[in-house]
Amino acid sequence: MIPIIYNVRSVVGRPVSTALTALGVALVVAVFIGMLALANGFRAALARTGSENNVLVLRKGADSELSSGLARDAASMIAASPHVATGSDGRPLVSPEVYVLIPLAKAFDTTQVANVVVRGVSDQAWAVRSNVKVTEGQRPASGRAEICVGKRLTQRFPHTGIGETLHFAGRDWTVTCHFTAAGSAFESEIWGENEQFMPVFRGDVFQSITFRLKDPAAFDDARRALEDDKRMTVDAHRESVFYSQQSALLGRILSLLAIMITSIMAVGAVFGAINTMYAAIASRAPEIGVLLTLGFRPSSVLVSFLAESAIIAAVGGVLGCLFALPLNGLVTSTTNWASFSEIAFSFRVTPALLLAGMIFAVVMGILGGFFPALRAARLQVVQALR
Amino acid sequence: MKYLHLVLANLGRHKLRTVLTILSVALALFLFASLRSVVTTLAASAQFGGARRLVTLNATGLVFPLPLAYANRIKALPGVRGLSWANWFGGRYGDGKVFFANFAVDPESYLAMYPEIVLPPDQKDAFIHDRASAIIGKRLLSQFGWKLGQDVTLQGTIFPGDWTFTIRGVYTPTDPAIGDDVLIFHHALFDERIGRAGIAGWYIVEIDDPANAAPIAKSIDDMFRNSSSPTKTGTEREFQASFATMWGNVSFLMGTIGLAVVFAILLVTANAMMMNARERTGEVAVLKTIGFSDRLLFTLVMVEAGTMALTGAVLGLGFAKVLFKATNFNGMGFLPGFDVTTGTILLGGAVAIGLMLASGLFPALRAARLPVIQALRHVE
Repeated sequence: MIPIIYNVRSVVGRPVSTALTALGVALVVAVFIGMLALANGFRAALARTGSENNVLVLRKGADSELSSGLARDAASMIAASPHVATGSDGRPLVSPEVYVLIPLAKAFDTTQVANVVVRGVSDQAWAVRSNVKVTEGQRPASGRAEICVGKRLTQRFPHTGIGETLHFAGRDWTVTCHFTAAGSAFESEIWGENEQFMPVFRGDVFQSITFRLKDPAAFDDARRALEDDKRMTVDAHRESVFYSQQSALLGRILSLLAIMITSIMAVGAVFGAINTMYAAIASRAPEIGVLLTLGFRPSSVLVSFLAESAIIAAVGGVLGCLFALPLNGLVTSTTNWASFSEIAFSFRVTPALLLAGMIFAVVMGILGGFFPALRAARLQVVQALR
Repeated sequence: MKYLHLVLANLGRHKLRTVLTILSVALALFLFASLRSVVTTLAASAQFGGARRLVTLNATGLVFPLPLAYANRIKALPGVRGLSWANWFGGRYGDGKVFFANFAVDPESYLAMYPEIVLPPDQKDAFIHDRASAIIGKRLLSQFGWKLGQDVTLQGTIFPGDWTFTIRGVYTPTDPAIGDDVLIFHHALFDERIGRAGIAGWYIVEIDDPANAAPIAKSIDDMFRNSSSPTKTGTEREFQASFATMWGNVSFLMGTIGLAVVFAILLVTANAMMMNARERTGEVAVLKTIGFSDRLLFTLVMVEAGTMALTGAVLGLGFAKVLFKATNFNGMGFLPGFDVTTGTILLGGAVAIGLMLASGLFPALRAARLPVIQALRHVE
């Protein structure tokens, strides 16, 4: 084997061309990681929204909470179901909810309007949704026009501070608290009491009913019992699965876009690597001749030059990771077309993604280095030494 | 011109290197054109909207309907020439798996309101007179292999049940923002099946003079301010623009990636040009000795860089234009009328020229400033 230090020194020996090639790879890797981090963040926000232990009930055929509608009697029938867990006070952990979208003007540009989710919940909801935590202030009191605002909304929309009033649906609502929900889509919602929201929005219907399972493993039994119940026509979803599915459409588009864009870029970067390696080999023909004369096999010359190309690409990969890292945690927002509501989420650069970026870089290097390395290995000693 | 041969010979020296460089420029400009077209298409759909059309929505939000009874009151306002209404249906096709836009409209007034929806007069008549019928955009026809006169069943998501419509017409939109993947059917049938609730999702109001848009919008909103369903009226363009802003930072994202792509390729091209220059040090010295001026050598290197950049640009931009046209790409329905505009092509050309300057400048200066004696010393 030819010592790797030989390649390292060769790479360092032509700094400009190495740097240009590595930078090219770095940009591809940075875009790759950045775009997948976006898709990742979006998926994670929705995946964290639902809980494994909860069941979300919608009207049969409804594909989102927005398009669903359930009467009051369905809520009481579900509350009486034996599959529902009970809280410490002995009451069933059920939250029949009102779910609507309202247009809110953004803080920085009031001409831009976003559709924000307003969710009317029962007082059990705070126990059913165990990831929701009130960070500041007091939960809305029953019977009052009070609301609790998700953390992600507070920076982006005006009048969302505690004690301020937000005007929608023809009424003024006092903000009494802020809440977090482990980075999930709930943080982009406004919560209030369902009985307060019913008369001002869609009248006497709920959009969804969420309850905690007594036995999380018995989801299938619970679903069958509800869906077979002749008194109502409903679909029961495991809450975690339902919200993950809500991210499927946009998540898929984002990932597809990431892969398409970066693979086209990658081809360009591979071409760059091929150019660099061919030039490197052409100018080092005598060196290669010496290596072959010294008794190194053509196969080790091949491996050596592949390694050299991989080293350049790996340097690019590290640089690309460094470029992409500051994106982590950056908050952005978009409309989730599956639910039509605006969701804020953060880019998620995970170690797995960084690793994928590095592997991607090295693969680009090896692909770009293969044919030049093959030429090096096949060099005729006599000709090369001339 | 007499040096063309020399430039071509130089480019042909490392054929593979030249081809790879040109191809990377082509790929970069292809990506650049595609990404920019996403931005321009979104911007174009935000610009859509007849100057004479206003849209009236429920002030509480997009998802809340308005009473159908508002129609006559709006129609009676001075300055209002025509009125139509529609309701989002949100049905799915193929056992609920496939989604495309579909809504219920008042056929006669809706087609009169939108001359952009073009279909043969006999199909139009057939649609208006058959309450159980629908018309579809031409993309849906080819996408699902439907035929005129065929029955199509949608599964309602907001309004439950199976809804079957007979296809009586296929339209071609003259404005891409209308979308050619939409199904529209009779509002009367819709209203009947949902129990005569008497609701309309939105009203489209045609006014006599675009200059009166603001006062008419205000008088509509004032009329319903204290009712159970207050309204929000704006021009159709504002309505469309509000959809475009829902994409949030997408335009910014596409722009950033486009920049990264162009910069990455700049590195590749610059690298290739510099390798060329380095290898030809001796040659340049010889050319200088036989009387080539510094300026001429500078120009020759720049022309070489320019040839690669511009060939790549023509390939990449041309391919983008042809590909999206030929495949009738519309971004799964999100980007109706996706097109690589002339502006994008011109900008791509400018990027190519910038690429040439940036990648050729350093090697060209080097060639021009090369001291002959020193360079020749290295020539064996």
